[in-house]
This record gives sequence, structure tokens and C-alpha cells, in this order.
Amino acid sequence: MPQSHIMPGFRPTLGFTLFYLALIVLIPLSALVFKSMQLSLDQYWDILTNARVQASFRVSFVSALIAAGIAALFGFIIAWTLVRYPFPGKRLFDALIDLPFALPTAVAGIVLAAIYEPNGWIGRIVMDTLGVQIAYKPLGIVFALIFIGLPFVVRTVEPVLQEFDTAMEEAAASLGANRLQTFIRIILPNILPATLTGFALAFARGVGEYGSVIFIAGNMPYVSEIVPLLIITKLEQYDYAGATAIGLTMLIISFLLLLLVNALQWWVRRCSGQL
Amino acid sequence: MSITLNHISKRFGNFAALDNINLEIPEGELVALLGPSGCGKTTLLRIIAGLEQADRGQVLLNGSDVTDQPVKNRQIGFVFQHYALFRHMTVFDNIAFGLRVKSRKERPSEAKIQEKVHALLNLVQLDWLADRFPDQLSGGQRQRIALARALAVEPSVLLLDEPFGALDASVRKDLRLWLRHLHHELNVTSIFVTHDQEEAMEVASQIVVLNHGKIEQKGSPSEIYDSPNNDFVSRFIGHTNVFQLEQGDSVWLAGAGISINDPKGIIAHVRPHNIQVEKPQDPANAPVYLKDWQHLGAIIRLELSKDGTNGKATTIFAEMPNEQFRELALNKGDRVSLHIKHAHWFN
Repeated sequence: MPQSHIMPGFRPTLGFTLFYLALIVLIPLSALVFKSMQLSLDQYWDILTNARVQASFRVSFVSALIAAGIAALFGFIIAWTLVRYPFPGKRLFDALIDLPFALPTAVAGIVLAAIYEPNGWIGRIVMDTLGVQIAYKPLGIVFALIFIGLPFVVRTVEPVLQEFDTAMEEAAASLGANRLQTFIRIILPNILPATLTGFALAFARGVGEYGSVIFIAGNMPYVSEIVPLLIITKLEQYDYAGATAIGLTMLIISFLLLLLVNALQWWVRRCSGQL
Repeated sequence: MSITLNHISKRFGNFAALDNINLEIPEGELVALLGPSGCGKTTLLRIIAGLEQADRGQVLLNGSDVTDQPVKNRQIGFVFQHYALFRHMTVFDNIAFGLRVKSRKERPSEAKIQEKVHALLNLVQLDWLADRFPDQLSGGQRQRIALARALAVEPSVLLLDEPFGALDASVRKDLRLWLRHLHHELNVTSIFVTHDQEEAMEVASQIVVLNHGKIEQKGSPSEIYDSPNNDFVSRFIGHTNVFQLEQGDSVWLAGAGISINDPKGIIAHVRPHNIQVEKPQDPANAPVYLKDWQHLGAIIRLELSKDGTNGKATTIFAEMPNEQFRELALNKGDRVSLHIKHAHWFN
């Protein structure tokens, strides 16, 4: 006897979901796997151990990790400001947060490069005062990825902060806690899972980001060449197998990292009694 | 610790939440701040706690001015209306919080904290819940944990905001009694906010009636009930029948045994139990008949209808013990005569 559901439409919606998942996600990804199967394990290994490929993996993941970390911190502060304090122009500011979502990434990349290059508005000041060059260096990649990742953090943390019961803070204060203790022991544990989600989203997006990065990165092999760019380069050289091998590896690493972040989230939630 | 409030005023925009409140609460009392919603009672409680600042006036705890002291320095225990338990901590950690955030010099050892938390859990009779999270508790349990948490820091004043507001009726009844006993045991000066006059009468040793940001009356439950200061308090506490002399009630009231030769006001309030219902000697001329009655347990509430002078019927409520009603053997529609034993007069 088929199980009956209170909500009608279980079968068509499940069917649609599976169809969508297969057509848009699973088939292209399995094609990637399939294509890379043309390579023997030795060939696959050769491609991956190539110094230039390894350098690009390092650049991509390290810069995405740093950028997501910074975006998580700044995003938290921005979400906090937006939720907690009234100030003029708040709505406009709130709307601006989403701009990186909507802006064509290439436009963002060109603008960022123009501003942060050694002769650019901000780039010049930084160059003169700190002697640090931002654009066309790995640092430039981090800057672009922060720009791209920030709204992910803000938009995941904001609703959780809005729901946070401020009476808990008052309760902590009435029990003798100072502001720092209240923040660390009461607010942070309640907001941390959402911040981790934001971090994971920003990181995942950062690893795969192409458009905004290539204009500011300088794209020096071994130094500031990101994995997506290397894939394009391989494709342009008709090295399809090489491109898919790198692509597949990236897919696996990203998947494992996201799994790790999810496990971390689960652990934080469990420690804070939310599971 | 005694609490003194001098000229406390607070405005929210154009709305005067509190208007020149002066109040003296001696040590060890269990005081109810009673009033309809929006009367400023919660604001007053939060000002005493230091969670809110008064625009004007002073708050004195044990004679020393704490008006500018933040909440954490006031040595108060505050129980929030929706408990505000820390969701991410176990019941044990919730109660231990106040002890663990103390500075290193004052902080008790972990063993002492263990001991104290378990003592408090025993006090609120919930020791078996130590490892649960707040989301896993019932309303009544949360309430008691919130109280235990507030008591952990040994406050000299305990403030409770609508402590029974979010609980269902039977749990509320138990907790009221329990709170009274607890206060008896600890003897810490306590103030709770409520809009429920029955709750205030049942729990408090002193009641402060608030309305529109002003204190209408302060006194023991008996004083408030038996001699209300004014029209508002009389209406707010318990049931009352309202008779206005100008509406032609004077003749009738005189007949019911209230002298109006020397009226003390223009409005008479009569408690239902102060009306004695009798079989009339002359049923044809009795102006009142029994319309309906309700069984309230030990007491019967009679709904009487009186023919008005202008043709409009008014409803009067009277109450009497069960046995007395049975002896009278009244039926719906029977004419009765009334005797008013006591009335409060207001202008």
C-alpha cells in the first residue's frame, strides 16, 4: 500500500526535483568524471603533480580560505550593525550589500583592478604608505574574493541576529556578566553556526570564482594563477583531458571541504544544544 | 534590601509611561506591581533593575543611590517574562553562568559551583533536568530554572516580570503557591509584575496598583480589597456593582438599606458578596427579579435584573454560599428584595 502524505503532490515534486538534479547537476558532473576516465592513473597523476598545477591549486584554495575568513569577520560586523543600530541611509546601505550578487563579475574585476593597481586610487595610497602592491599579486585575488564573498555572510547571519532574543543579553548582564563575556558566551555561540554557513558559501564561491579574479590577479604562473584560469588555458590548448582532470580534482576537494564545514557546523550546533 | 523610588518619570516619545512615582518597599516584602497592560508596571520593574533608565528620579537600594549603576552592579536577580534562558547551554550551565562570569578573585571553585547549582536545582525540585537544554523543558520547568539561575548569584532583590504570564492555568496555580513558599524560605525582597488581580491577591504581601503611569494605591491585599482608594482600584480588584446616584438609584438604594441622606459621593460600588438577597414580604412591589444564576463551586453567583426608573433594566450581581442559596429555594423569574450590607462611595 502506498504511503499517504498530508501534502498532496509528493510524486510530481519529487520527480521534478530528481529530473532537475539529473539534468542540471548530475549529468554534467558525471560527464566530467567520464571524460577524465580517458586518462590512465599515471597520466592523471602526472597532470596533478605538475608544479604549475599544484601552485595554482595552492593559490586558489589558500586565497579563497583567507578571503572567506575575512568576509566572515567583516560580514558578521556588517550584519550586526545593520540589525542592531538605527542610522540614516540604513536601507540604502542594506541594498548595496547585495550588489556583488548582481554585478557582472567581470565588471567587478575590472573596477577592483583599476582601483587597487599601483597607480589606482587606493592602490597608490597603500603603495606609498605601506609599500604593498595589491593588484596583480596574490593579495589582489584575496581582495576580489572578499568582495564576492561578503554578501553571502551578511545575508546568512542577518536573519539569525534578527531572531536573537536580546533578553538573553539582559539576563547575562543581570547575572553580572560584562559586555565581553556576554558577547563571547551568549551571542557568539548562537550566531556561530550561521557565520560558518556564510563562511562555507563564501569559500565555495571563492574557489570557483573566475570573472572578478582574472583582471586583478596578474595571472603569473606559479604565483597568482588560479585553477579556473589554468583550466581555461588547457582548454585553449585543446588539452581537454588535462582540463577535466584538474576540474575533477577541484570538484572532489571542494566537496570534501564543504563536507568538513558541514560537519563542523553540526558539531557547533550540537555543542550549543541546537540539535 | 529595601528599595526606594524617588520621583521616577519616564517618557516614550509623547507617551508618559511613568509619571512621578514615589515608592518605598521595606526589606523582605513580596510586592506585586498590578495594573492593566500599558500602565507602566514592566517599565518600572526594568528601571529598578537598571535595564532601563528613568528620565528623572532616583532608585535607591538599601539607601544608596544606584540610579547610574548598570544592571550588573545592582545585585538584582531578574526573571524575564519569557525566561530568556540561554538556549545553547544546559540547565546546569544556565544556572552556573552567574557564578562562572565572576572575576577570578570572587569566583568559587568548580566543586563549589557544582554543589551550589545542585542545591538550587533541588530547591526548584528539578535536579533531574541538569543536563537538558532549555528547548527540551516545559513552560513551568523553564520558569523555575530561570528563577534558580537568578538566585545563583544570591541577589538582594528579586524582580520577576509577569512570572506566570506564559503558563497554563493549572501550572500557574501551583507555581503561585510555590513562589510564596520560596519567598518565605529565602526572605529576599521581591517584586513581581502582573496584570492578574487574583494572582496579586494570592501571592503578594503588598500590592501596588498602577494606572496610566501613576500609583493608584499601595497596601496589603486586604486593604486594597476592603478599602479601595478610588473608583479605578475598586473596579480593577474583584467584581463590583456600580450604582450612580444621579441615574435615580437613590430611592432604590434607600429601599435596599443604604442611607442617602448624607451621601459620601455620587457613585456607589457594591461587592457582590455585600448584597444580601431575601424573599420579599411584598413580592408585587419588589423591583428586582432573579434572571439567572451560576454555580462557582462554594459560591453561587446570582444575576439579578432591576427595573430602571427610565424603563431600562440593569443587571446586578450578588454572591452567596451554596447552602444559603439552597435554603432560599429561588427559581428563575422569582422576585427578591435586596439588602446592601456595605458600599464604597466615590466621586
